[in-house]
Parts: sequence; structure tokens; C-alpha cells
Amino acid sequence: MFASFDFDVIRRSLGYLFLDGMAFTLTLTALSALGGIIFGTLIALMRLSGFKVLGRIAGLYVDFMRSLPLVLVIFWFYFLVPYLGQWLTGASRPISVGAFTSALVTFIMFEAAYFSEIMRAGIQSISKGQPAAANALGMTYAQTMRYVVLPQAFRNMLPVLLTQTIVLFQDTSLVYVLSMPDFLGAASKVAQRDGRLVEMYLFAAVVYFTISCVASFGVRRLQARISIVR
Amino acid sequence: MKHRHIIGCLLAGALCATPAMAQELTGTLKNIKDTGAITLGFRDSSIPFSYLDDSQKPVGYAMDICYKIVDAVKKELKLDKLEVKLNPVTSSTRIPLLANGTIDLECGSTTNNAERQKQIAYTNTHFLTASRYVSKKSSKINSIDDLKGKAVVSTSGTTNIKQLTEANAEKKLGANIIPAKDHAEAFLMVETDRAVAFVMDDILLASLVAGSKAPDDYVISKDAFSKPEPYGIMLRKDDPAFKKVVDAATSALYKGGEGQKIYDKWFTQKIPPKGLNLNSPMSAELKNQYAKPSDSPDPDAYK
Amino acid sequence: MNYNWNWSIFFEPAPGGTGTYFDMLLSGLWLTIQTGIFAWIIALIFGSIVGVLRTLPSKTAYWIGFAWVEFFRNMPLLVQLFLWFFVLPELLPRSWGLWLKQMPNAPFYTAAIGVGLFMSARVAVQLAAGIASLPRGQKQAATALGLTTFQGYRYVLLPIAFRIIMPPLTSEFLNTIKNTAVAITIGLIELTGQARSMQEFSFQVFEAFTAATVMYLLINIVVVTGMRFLERSLAIPGYITGK
Repeated sequence: MFASFDFDVIRRSLGYLFLDGMAFTLTLTALSALGGIIFGTLIALMRLSGFKVLGRIAGLYVDFMRSLPLVLVIFWFYFLVPYLGQWLTGASRPISVGAFTSALVTFIMFEAAYFSEIMRAGIQSISKGQPAAANALGMTYAQTMRYVVLPQAFRNMLPVLLTQTIVLFQDTSLVYVLSMPDFLGAASKVAQRDGRLVEMYLFAAVVYFTISCVASFGVRRLQARISIVR
Repeated sequence: MKHRHIIGCLLAGALCATPAMAQELTGTLKNIKDTGAITLGFRDSSIPFSYLDDSQKPVGYAMDICYKIVDAVKKELKLDKLEVKLNPVTSSTRIPLLANGTIDLECGSTTNNAERQKQIAYTNTHFLTASRYVSKKSSKINSIDDLKGKAVVSTSGTTNIKQLTEANAEKKLGANIIPAKDHAEAFLMVETDRAVAFVMDDILLASLVAGSKAPDDYVISKDAFSKPEPYGIMLRKDDPAFKKVVDAATSALYKGGEGQKIYDKWFTQKIPPKGLNLNSPMSAELKNQYAKPSDSPDPDAYK
Repeated sequence: MNYNWNWSIFFEPAPGGTGTYFDMLLSGLWLTIQTGIFAWIIALIFGSIVGVLRTLPSKTAYWIGFAWVEFFRNMPLLVQLFLWFFVLPELLPRSWGLWLKQMPNAPFYTAAIGVGLFMSARVAVQLAAGIASLPRGQKQAATALGLTTFQGYRYVLLPIAFRIIMPPLTSEFLNTIKNTAVAITIGLIELTGQARSMQEFSFQVFEAFTAATVMYLLINIVVVTGMRFLERSLAIPGYITGK
């Protein structure tokens, strides 16, 4: 069945696929996850803050982002981010933003909506007695969050956060629509240049599958360990 | 040596005409000076205008022209160092990305027409090409009417897909139009029989066919969807200072012998990555244009 | 912001000759809904089968269910669509492949099936969790009543399990609709695709995307409201979701 296929094309392009493509994908995933979790935690804190207006704004943001397909959001931000930069910095013309930065901003803003829901559940899972005790000890709100609530919430939610990061890793492949050189983009560029799309797409599928499988196996083990400690 | 003189004179003329250094810089030039960088938009597979070579670096006829423009900008701003950033664009993202400041020049195969000139500006035309379609010989598509009810692909965001959409409505073809992300992907649709024909500028079709696994299997139509239309490098609208520099640079390039050399390098000699030779010497219309550079969107202006 | 807003663009004729830009977006919206519903039916059918397999006592059944879920969950949807669209026809015998490729509306069917199978893994996980959350007595009571395993699932376990997982299923249904947007990469011109075409033809990027955004929000509101209503009407009084 594979007689007419040329799997050597994969070997020849390994360097480009991994050193450029996969490096782009992994960097984008790691930075987006980090930014998304930080921003997501802020949104979760806003929602739980007790200030009605803040809570409403945060809630609307989450619902809004979760209603839209990621592809549309990617287009939106790629075209919009330079204008946002102009508005934020008060410059006279749109700020030039590179493809990578633009994708990074997109994923942080989009995934924060999902991460915030996870962090909200994590924060709510901490019994009310704990912040009350911290308060009684004279800790401020910031201290309570910083030293008591968030570390536990984060720890309890770690497996879910990591699972969401695996989803994010897969989602980064959508920057393909902007011709960016992520792993899938790199594979498709080689595929189209050499007319070897069957080989390249199968290979890309195997690579994504292996990485996601190994990562989710790791998360499962971690989950088992954490749940024993609790 | 003679050409050098001409270029020199032209550059001097351009410099005199724009006492830019005396005035406050504005727009793109100011931005380039402030950041010390210029961003070029390139294409994945617009062979031989702007495409990726074996090491996935953008090369091509339009890229070479852009690098010449970069040199001129560097000179104009009296910069010692000018960083060149590269940003991938597709037919559908190039205009918004230029408008929103992501790229400063789009170096590719963008058709210059009056409608687009409302959004962005072009420098002097660097090529002329008509919109046709490629199909497999075996599918026996002899005229545009044979596309009736068939799946036809074109690249999204091009003038070609618009012309196809209009022809489809006008001639009641009922063809199923599939938009593809880039030319290589669109050609792949024909190669794998997903679509019977790919509507695109004939020069791009010729390059894709020449680079394919079995060039003899394909035929490019005689029927055209348009007159030969001009290609231009895009820059932001309403930025006369920058346009002046770019126009002067391209005009000097075309009128001097260097433009012809760059043309020959990409159209009559072997090009990377596969050592293809497109064997298409410069047309009479383009020669005219080289002698009298213009940025007119009107196809009839180039006769 | 130096951008030329032109909101009346929606009423200008689109180059397709079939109406205005607004009509173009509406046809995209309609295709999004059609693809989403078709995909959701596939996701529900396969997701239910696989979800049940995962809860059966048979080891083989469990493994089949496990493999199905892992296969569809660990690959980006975009890659899966490419596999169905570009790779599958090349691996089939030539005449079959050709038939598949020249099928009218190939992007539509590929998208519906591809997104449907991708989502079936998620439905399966939800359903298996729903079944697992039922008290063991339910299954034992069904067996004691002389119901076969099939009947037990059909009349006892599944009706309750589906009611329990109604809220997560609602969001999976919305995910299905949103995921159809990925199919613009295989040439499906659904809502996001039409917004992109409108941007390309008219150069009014932000108007086009704003309209698409509003339409997605409307889909969301309609689905969420509809599902709430369904949830309430299906709730068993005094039990789980009933109030």
C-alpha cells in the first residue's frame, strides 16, 4: 500500500520540522499556558471578588471568548493587535507586531477564559474557614490569596490545568491558517513543496499523537499521586 | 558604468525632490528610523516572485526588488544598519496586515487594481499577467464553459477568485468554488483530483506546473478571465514620503540594467529549490513598463 | 484608529451576484448550523456507543472504547481533518479515492464526519462518567427484573445518565458548532469562511468579523436557552436534576 510513498522526505526535513516548527509550537504553547494561567487567575479573582461590576465584566469576558471559534479569534487578533498596541501606547500609527507575538497574545487572551474557569473551581474548592482564619490572623486580601488560597487552588487543579495545556498544544496548530511556521505549518510547507502530503500529514499526526499521549499519561500519574496525598 | 550614472542621477534627483532630511520624518519612514527595522511580507508559494527555498528562506524576483528598496530606504535615512524582518502573509491576510502595520512592504504577486488602490498603494509595476486556469489534460476542459457544475479551486483573497466568482454568476456556470489558503495548496487540489481546475495568474500556474511531479499531465487554458493585469509591491496608502522613496528606487532599478538582470535571474535561468527554468523572457509590455515605470492599475495603460 | 469604518457595507452587493454581503454571511451561518448539527448527530451516535463500551464488564469492550477515545482526543482537529481530506483518499484503491474526492460537497461531509468523530470521544467520556455516577443498585435492579444488558442500558441506565450529563453535553454541542470553523482549511465556506471572503472582497475586516462574532453569540444564546428548556422539561421530579 505504501509502495509509491517516499518516507525519506521526512528524514530529509527533520531538522526544519523540529528545530524550527516544533520549537515554535512548544514555545508558543509554554508561553501561552503561562500567560493564560496568570491572566485566567486574575479573571477568576475578579469573578469571586464580591464587587458586582468586576464580577460581571469578568463573567462576560469568559462567556464571550467561550462562544467564539478559535479560528475566528485568531483572525481577529492578528488584524487587531497592532491597533490595540497603538491605542495602549498612544502612538500615532499602528504598532508593528510580529506573527509570533500576535499569536501569543491571541492564545493568552483566548485560553485565559478556559483557565479562569479551572482556577475558579480551584479557589472555590478551598474551604471558607481558611480565608477566614487568614483574615483573623490579620492578613490582607492580597496576602490571603498569595499565601493561603492560590497555592492550594493551583496545586489541586494542577492536573486539570495541565490537561488544558495539552489541548492548548493541539490548538496552536490552528496558526496554520496564517501561514505561520509552527510544526504543522512546517510539515505542510514541506508537503506542498515536495508534493508529499500523505507522508508529511501522517507523520505530523503521529508526532502530535505521541506527544499528547505521553503528556496525558504523565498527567494521569500525577493526578494519582496528588489524590493520594489528599 | 553608464547605468550607474543614470541611477546616480535619479537618486540625486529623488533626494533633491524630497528634502526629507530637512523636514520632520513622517509615517513609515519615521517608524523605520525609530525602530531601525523594516518588515517585509513574503509568500509561501508565489513562484518565482516570493516563495520558500530549500532552507525555507523566502526568495524570488519580488524579494530581490524589495531588498533593493530596503537599500534605498537605508540610504535615504542615512542608517548604518537596517534590520530586515520577514513576516509570512497569505493572499487573504496581506492587505489587513499591511494596513495594521505588521508589514511595511508586501513582496509578492499582488495584482494592482483600482479597487485595491482605495485601500493601499502600489509602487511601480513589476510584472503583467492574465488570469487563466490549469487543469489535467485527462479531464478535457477546453473552455471556461466546460467548468459548468465542476469543482474549481482558487486562492482565497485574490482577484482571481473574485473574477471566477463573477464569471460563475454571469455565465451561470454553477461551478463549486473552493477557496484555498495558498497557491501550492490550490494546485494540490487539482493534482489530487479534488478540483478539476485552478484559476490563477498564468505565470504562477506555469511555475507550479513546471515544478510538479508530472508537468506533462497539465494544460493551461487559452481562455482568460482577465486582460494581463499589473503586479505591484504594496505599501501603505497616504504615505507620500515613503512612496516617493520606494518609487524612486524601483524606477531606478527598472530603468537601469539591474532590473533586467534580476528578471533574467528568476525567469530565464535555473531557480531554487529544484533547478527549474521557467524560460519566459520579458514581454514587450513589461519592457515598455521598465522603460516608463508606472503604478497604474489600468491594464490598458501597459499596451 | 485610522481605519475606514463602513457599516453600510452589509447592504452592498457581493461579487457572487447572489445578493448582498449580509446574504453571504447568512448563507455561511446556515452552513455552520447544518454542519454543526450533522456533526453533533455523528458525535452522539458514536459517543454513546463508545461511552457504553467503556462501562461494560468486558475487557475487550473497555479497550476498544479506550483506544477510540485516545485516538480522537490526542490529535489536533485540524490534523484529523487533513487526514480525512487529503490522506484517506490516497490510501484507498484508486477508483474509490477518486469517487470520494469528486463527490459534490466533499468539504461538507468531511467536515461533518471529521468534527463528529473528534467530538464523539468527548461525548463518550462524559457519558461513561455519567453512567459511572449512577448508584450500582440501578444496574442490579435492572438485572433482577430480568432485563438483558441491552435492555438495562436502554430503559434504565442511559435515560438517567443522559439527563445527568445534559449540562456538559450542552457545552459539547456548542463546541461542535465552533469546531466546524476549523473546516475552512479544507475549503468549507461556513460562517468564519464567509466573513473572511467578505473581508477579502470588501476590505472591511472589522465589520465582517464583528458580524460573524455577533452571529456566533446568537447561536450560543439560542442553544443555551433551548437546552435549559429541554433540561427542565426532561427533569425527573425529586431526582438529580429535578428540583
